[in-house]
Amino acid sequence: MLSIQTFLIVAVIKTLIALVVLLTAVAYTVWLERKVVGHMQNRWGPTRVGPFGLLQPLADGLKFILKEDLTPPHVNKPLYIAAPIIAMVFAITSIAVIPFGNPITVFGKQIPLQIADVNIGLLIILGITSMGVYGVALAGWSSNNKYSLLGGLRASAQMVSYEISLGLSLIGVLILAGSFSLKDIVDAQSGVFWGFIPKWNIFQGQIIAFFIYLCSAYAETNRIPFDLPEAETELVAGYHTEYSSMKFAMFFISEYANMMTVACLATILFLGGWHGPMFGPALLQAVLPLVWFGLKVFCFLFLYIWVRGTLPRFRYDQLMAFGWKFLLPLAIANLVITALVVAWTA
Amino acid sequence: MVPLSYYLMLSGILFACGILGFLLKRNIITIFMSIELMLNGVNLSFVAFAAHWHALSGQVFVFFVMVVAAAEAAVGLAIIIAVYRTRETLNVDQVNLLKL
Amino acid sequence: MNPVATPFFFYLLSTLAILGGVMVIVRRNAVHSAIALIVTLLSVAGLYLMLYAPFVAGVQIIVYAGGIMVLFLFVIMLVNIDRSMKERAFNKQWWIAIAAAVALGALFVSVFVKSKGLFPERGLPLAEESNTQQIGLYLYGNYMFAFEIASLLLLVAIIGAVVMAKKRI
Repeated sequence: MLSIQTFLIVAVIKTLIALVVLLTAVAYTVWLERKVVGHMQNRWGPTRVGPFGLLQPLADGLKFILKEDLTPPHVNKPLYIAAPIIAMVFAITSIAVIPFGNPITVFGKQIPLQIADVNIGLLIILGITSMGVYGVALAGWSSNNKYSLLGGLRASAQMVSYEISLGLSLIGVLILAGSFSLKDIVDAQSGVFWGFIPKWNIFQGQIIAFFIYLCSAYAETNRIPFDLPEAETELVAGYHTEYSSMKFAMFFISEYANMMTVACLATILFLGGWHGPMFGPALLQAVLPLVWFGLKVFCFLFLYIWVRGTLPRFRYDQLMAFGWKFLLPLAIANLVITALVVAWTA
Repeated sequence: MVPLSYYLMLSGILFACGILGFLLKRNIITIFMSIELMLNGVNLSFVAFAAHWHALSGQVFVFFVMVVAAAEAAVGLAIIIAVYRTRETLNVDQVNLLKL
Repeated sequence: MNPVATPFFFYLLSTLAILGGVMVIVRRNAVHSAIALIVTLLSVAGLYLMLYAPFVAGVQIIVYAGGIMVLFLFVIMLVNIDRSMKERAFNKQWWIAIAAAVALGALFVSVFVKSKGLFPERGLPLAEESNTQQIGLYLYGNYMFAFEIASLLLLVAIIGAVVMAKKRI
């Protein structure tokens, strides 16, 4: 048990590191997306700034800061300013309970690689992501513009609808792990079947749950094929039509930070977290869990981008029908079967 | 440790805010929000009593209150939309078809 | 870890909760009222955490702040609130309201005065780690019948809401 001062210092350091890593990852996910989608569409993507356009995120950031921050005269000003802040705060907060690796020992003290190990970690993440909808909804309402309003309405309806299937898809994992703590869930996935298949939840019969999670996560983060709140062909830019410069950048960052959270959560819940083959000297073994974790998150993000380059956008009624008439019954069926199997084998 | 009576006072104040809003406001949506506020005051006292008497039943009751609140919000908001569609107003004083 | 600075967090959260509660009433704009109510709900969730009820706090955030209030905001965005903002916001039922407030105030004072005898200090906190499990056992054990009734209530509410809000069925 650490004393309160060390606890605070360690917490501040961990928060800073996590924030820096998260924001860098966000910036380079944007670069990766532009590059990969570019290659999928027979273009080059960013090439001018730095080698392979690697400095493009910096240039983008500079541009966001230097642009004029325009506030249209007809908006509801306090909420117009608050909306991007709400979106970004909730998007970044959810990193606080995500574990990145096994606890490490520094100066004889055990330090978990997680800002806060909460015993209801999963509930907290679900709660924080469900609060994120307010940023989008309030932005749509306060812009006082019909396209923005439609975008905000769509976003709130869509996120509330898909949150249900998202939550239900996670319950199967919870039944297998028997805990809300993300660390315990990862620990429950260590080991292998028959010597070679890793004991990840996705191989433990939760592959349908993973599919449901994937679809709901795309809808929750407003990404293609479910990016109806910001469908540019119908709604100009949806809820962020009226936003410019840094305020727009905050929405942008929150979208990618949400993607990051969803990817980390998928890694933890379905893909075995930081577990993977261990080899080499002690120092390498200390770093390997982080590498596996990062690799799995990267694969999930790549899937996101791949889907974006492949699938067209759904129609709004198709989106709702898909969520309520297909995903929700499937999630309930998966839950019932998982519970029966666990009860049978227990 | 914060004594139980402080939590009870807080829950009472929240409940009073809810009652005042319910009695005084004329916008039907705000009236609904006042009801949610009252339910929250009650929930807080349930949880405070649960912590004080070491009886988890208090926490379980909160779930039932939440179920009722969710059902009430869904049906109530549907009613609001139906009323708004026919009367084009949110003012409870103007929804008086049954009154001569 | 043992609780740290509980009085500070209690006063902070309760001030936020009361401020939110007052703003719900005094704001003319329904969206502002909704945001004030969200602040209240979140601070009440924080108070649940202080009262050793982590699961209830999580559910409060997910269901209340993330579900029910989104529904409210959705309806506020659907209807046109510009007109109701120009109207008189308050009723003329001041005397009932004052009577209710006075009665509640008297209740508070009596609770506060008598609380020392009624609710003696009990230092032991509730077990926090097994909280979720215990609640599950209660819900599916002692309160099984109430649980089933609650699910039936939700079903009825879903059907009722769809029937009332849909133009053509």
